[in-house]
Amino acid sequence: MARRIDPETRYYAERDELFRALRHLDRRDFFKVAAAAAGAALASGVRFHPTSFSIVRVADAAPAREAFSFAYISDSHLYNRTVNDRFVNSLMRAVDDVNRLDPQPDFVLYGGDLAQLGQPEELELGAQILRSLKAPVRMMVGEHDWFLDLGEKWRSLFGQETYSFDHKGVHFVVLQSVNEKDFWTARRMTPMERMKTVAGLDNAVQSRFEVGEPQREWLERDLQAVSNDTPVIVFSHSPLYHYYEPWNFWTVDAPEVQAILKRFRHVTVIHGHTHQLVTNRIGNIFFHGMLSTAWPWPYAPEGMPALTVQMNRPDPFDPHDGCGDGRVIVHPDGLVDKIYDLWNRNPVQVRSTYLASNGRQDRPPAPNLQSF
Amino acid sequence: MRKTIAVGVTCIAVGALGAALLGSRATAVGTGSGAAGKPLEVLLCDGQTKVQLAADTPRTPEEGRKVADELMAKWRANNPGTDWIDEEQEKHGIVPPADNSDLVGHAAGQVYGRIAPADVVVWQRETLAMVTRGSEVFHSGDQLGSTIGVSCDMCHPNAANTHPETYPKYQVQLGRTALLRDMINWCIEHPVRGPKLADDDPRMRALEAYILAQRKGTPLNYGRR
Repeated sequence: MARRIDPETRYYAERDELFRALRHLDRRDFFKVAAAAAGAALASGVRFHPTSFSIVRVADAAPAREAFSFAYISDSHLYNRTVNDRFVNSLMRAVDDVNRLDPQPDFVLYGGDLAQLGQPEELELGAQILRSLKAPVRMMVGEHDWFLDLGEKWRSLFGQETYSFDHKGVHFVVLQSVNEKDFWTARRMTPMERMKTVAGLDNAVQSRFEVGEPQREWLERDLQAVSNDTPVIVFSHSPLYHYYEPWNFWTVDAPEVQAILKRFRHVTVIHGHTHQLVTNRIGNIFFHGMLSTAWPWPYAPEGMPALTVQMNRPDPFDPHDGCGDGRVIVHPDGLVDKIYDLWNRNPVQVRSTYLASNGRQDRPPAPNLQSF
Repeated sequence: MRKTIAVGVTCIAVGALGAALLGSRATAVGTGSGAAGKPLEVLLCDGQTKVQLAADTPRTPEEGRKVADELMAKWRANNPGTDWIDEEQEKHGIVPPADNSDLVGHAAGQVYGRIAPADVVVWQRETLAMVTRGSEVFHSGDQLGSTIGVSCDMCHPNAANTHPETYPKYQVQLGRTALLRDMINWCIEHPVRGPKLADDDPRMRALEAYILAQRKGTPLNYGRR
């Protein structure tokens, strides 16, 4: 719930903030700030309240955002039910988890890799299970869904793989970040051989993930009408940064995508693929991984972002350890708390203040057993 | 078990044929009639693979190379999977065994007398073959005998988080001190859901070889949790 601030409290808060800001301004900077504020106010047609002291924040006069939450389920890697019942049961456990959330999340992000080998039956089975979610579902595609038919079946079930939407003052973008340069034609691979090559995390025959130029152009166009102050949350299956190339914990053109997102005050990227608790910050962009419902990945031998506090090394004797689902709480300022609901363990919350303070505050609990 | 020997034979075959065809006595390779107008037949040293040539084919080094390529392409088509080591290496980047070439020329007791370059090649090739075979099993649910399509690499890409250097160690869940193979078999029975492998099963030996090879350079630290 957003905290309601009465006009008098706001008046004094603004007054204090103005005087505090003025103490740190020299004459030239003052005129710069004043001019910018006036310009922004004129441009956005904001009316000044006669008693308002705010000159810097007038452009923020848009309706106050309210806090909200959404849930996520990701990386279920379904085989047909007759092949493997375990992964099916795990996805159903996650659906059950999310359906029991009270209050219900505004929507549920499905983070990609619904299928293991892109088979139509696998995707249909996944769609059928996700239909029992009470909250609306936003779908994202992963490489395991894609490389049998390059998205044909997925699209027929879930629609376009790249899209955006606005929700309670936040602009959401869903990318298809798992494009790969053609490695299959020269090798005369069948679609199934191509799929199986990409399905191997440590298979080096495949190319590296990329968003690709057409989609980057789409992203620029999509963001044109979005103001710098609007919080932007991007969903990508692969991490939109460079973590560990041999396992495609990597998006080749991530720096180009980051450049497009640079002008916004608050950007959050939520990604799948890594099946682990992973946290990163690059300038204005905060990154969070998602858990898998099927199996956890080990931490990569190098390249792990400095802000990541590892989750516990999963216990192999506990079949669901290191797996789970989770939630994202979006604060009115547009920053998010990321909650990893690890099955059979305490949930881990990575707070916005942890990233905003570059790790100085609210550090998540350290694991007692680290990866080898 | 797959053999590495076939690849070796092929290399020698191409070498011999190429040299013969490219040399001044190229006609000696032809086994068919040399009479005018009759096609010429070139036989690979496997005694089976052959190509037909028009009698008036110019006997030049270029033509010789073409014949050699054609013979090898046919041989490969009839013997699929002969490049399995290279293919598996390209896919999964196997850590190479120690380089022993510095030992060439040294005396080595009863077995070798003096170590020859060929000895070092055999050690390298045979060791790598076993490790590579292990990589194939590690990455294949079918070869592991999984009933649910699960393979080792799904939790352990490049054998990460297998920590073979920590065995033997007491595993309370197994109620005894476990060797690496005990943990492999535990994984095969539970996450992979397949039948246990015998200790001397070639797949078990290859799996152990692969997992250990990927941790080359890591100090042994048995008993470590």
